[in-house]
Amino acid sequence: MSAPRFMAGSDALAAAMVAAGCRFFAGYPMTPFTGVLEAMAQRLPGAGGVCMNAESELEAIGMCWGAAAIGARAATGSTGQGLALMQESLAEMTSARLPLVVLNMARGQGDYFQTTRGGGHGDYRLPVLAPVDVSEAVTHVSLAFGWAEAWRTPVMLFGDYYLAHTHRSVSIPAPEEPVTPAWAVDGRSGGTGRARLISPLGTVKQRDGQGAQAGYDLAVHYRACADRTRAMLDGIAPRIEAETGGDTAVLVVAYGSPAAYVRAAVRELRAEGLPVGYARPVTLVPFPYGALARLARGCRAVAVYENNSGQAVDDVRLAVDGQVPVEFIGGLSMDPSGFGIAPDLDVTHLKERIMQLVGRVAAR
Amino acid sequence: MNEPRFLPVVPTDHPPACAASLVHDFTPELISVGAHQLCPGCGEPMAIRAVAEAVAELGLTRSCIAVFGIGCSTAFSNNLDIEVVQALHGRAPSVATGITRMRPDVTALTVQGDGDMVNEGLQEVLHAAARGERITCFMLNNGVFGETGGQMTATTVLGQRTKNSPEGRDARHHGHPIRLADLVATLDGAVYVARGAVDTAVNVQRTKRMVLKALQAQKRGFALVEVLTMCPTGWAVDTTRSARYMADHHARIHSMGVLKDTGGGRSR
Repeated sequence: MSAPRFMAGSDALAAAMVAAGCRFFAGYPMTPFTGVLEAMAQRLPGAGGVCMNAESELEAIGMCWGAAAIGARAATGSTGQGLALMQESLAEMTSARLPLVVLNMARGQGDYFQTTRGGGHGDYRLPVLAPVDVSEAVTHVSLAFGWAEAWRTPVMLFGDYYLAHTHRSVSIPAPEEPVTPAWAVDGRSGGTGRARLISPLGTVKQRDGQGAQAGYDLAVHYRACADRTRAMLDGIAPRIEAETGGDTAVLVVAYGSPAAYVRAAVRELRAEGLPVGYARPVTLVPFPYGALARLARGCRAVAVYENNSGQAVDDVRLAVDGQVPVEFIGGLSMDPSGFGIAPDLDVTHLKERIMQLVGRVAAR
Repeated sequence: MNEPRFLPVVPTDHPPACAASLVHDFTPELISVGAHQLCPGCGEPMAIRAVAEAVAELGLTRSCIAVFGIGCSTAFSNNLDIEVVQALHGRAPSVATGITRMRPDVTALTVQGDGDMVNEGLQEVLHAAARGERITCFMLNNGVFGETGGQMTATTVLGQRTKNSPEGRDARHHGHPIRLADLVATLDGAVYVARGAVDTAVNVQRTKRMVLKALQAQKRGFALVEVLTMCPTGWAVDTTRSARYMADHHARIHSMGVLKDTGGGRSR
């Protein structure tokens, strides 16, 4: 780790990406992601990398597709609108088995479904990390590149305006030297009879029964993709942060930047003697269903705070599976900018909301 | 006066002296399997053959990555002994950009159809050309979406009937065809731009020279060769008439020739 430095979240993320061996970045400006692009444009050339100002998000992820195919550690990012443009490529990159790290600097938490349920087409999932602050985010960057390479898939880091724009004192993880994976193309296997192919359509050819082979066999390929997705979801250990006691009657669940405020509110309430606890899914895919179910056991209610009309609450309900009532205490909160700056993110205000629920539960 | 010369006729009045054997299958070295799933009379295999031969002739076999778009030509993306990265519809120029920006020693080429490059991927190819990316794009232009069965593309000529312009392309409703190579030639980053065709043996040879020139020009900047190809299935034209049809209609609007060559020397 480097000595702590006071940095903007965007710049810290860029520094962490370069340290993690990222050598190719392409993006298109869009608030609150823009700072990451600017920081990569400053940092990458000096590190022997390339940062491209793409003409659209479509082209940005296309460039990453090529850079990833030759084995470079590549990353891109945007906010929900720009990521909507990238969804076709994101979905197909899972099928082409190409690693990529995607910095989703979202405008609030309304993009939870887009982030965790794909948003693209087909039978795929992307691992998603939701850091609570920039100190955690810089450790997630290296983790994301590791998962991207291990499972040969895009991995998403779900941040927001707070993560990108807040200045904090942060230590950047030690530099990693990127290693070119063995499967990458480099042009050199041409003419050997076994030229390498990277394709979202797979590498399996149809056979006509007489030995001739032509065309792709998508039935075989898509089944293999589904098997790999299952193996990946089973292979990545879900992460969760929790602060509970044996007396916890109400467990409050939150994720991402708002979780820092919820955590502070719960800590204060616990200090005041209220039987409340806190849990934060760190990985949104795979979601920590099992761990959350265990934490909820014995509670009288599980509350979910998120800055949207209720999306992750569905995953919490799946986790709790009807054993404990799940109450939504979040809601859309935004200033007029639309960038996801939430007046609700105030510890006193959140404490009141939680106490109201505790009161309702006690009155049952 | 010389007698007209005919091909030798195999005598049938006595059994052959030796059993038939394959002398040469004429499949180019870098095409893995001669069989493909394209229709009879399709012009695309000839264009792809020219590309595969040019890669071998220029000694690029061990340093080349071909990026394929989505369309009929995708049938060849898993059938070459050249490294291939398959891209999505329209996205091949950005994928090739990512490859050459990180590996400038690699020769990256794209193979795309007119639906892929001019409809879905127009902004990609224009920006790649304007940036002067060190890539070569090959656009197989048959004026229809062949793989989906013959619908109108941006290069379909006025009056041409397709499955979704059943009364013929009407400028008032469908707009005018885009002459892609002409458009790309106006961009400063493009160093070599040409339009060939595979309707006659002579044009196949001219196109092959354009392909060779483009792959060599790539060291200096962006290169594009548009190749007019026959699509008798998509045009609903008899295979024996499709080459003539192409010359009479498609090539009248998309005229052949070298549109730009900043390296001097014209290949026409």
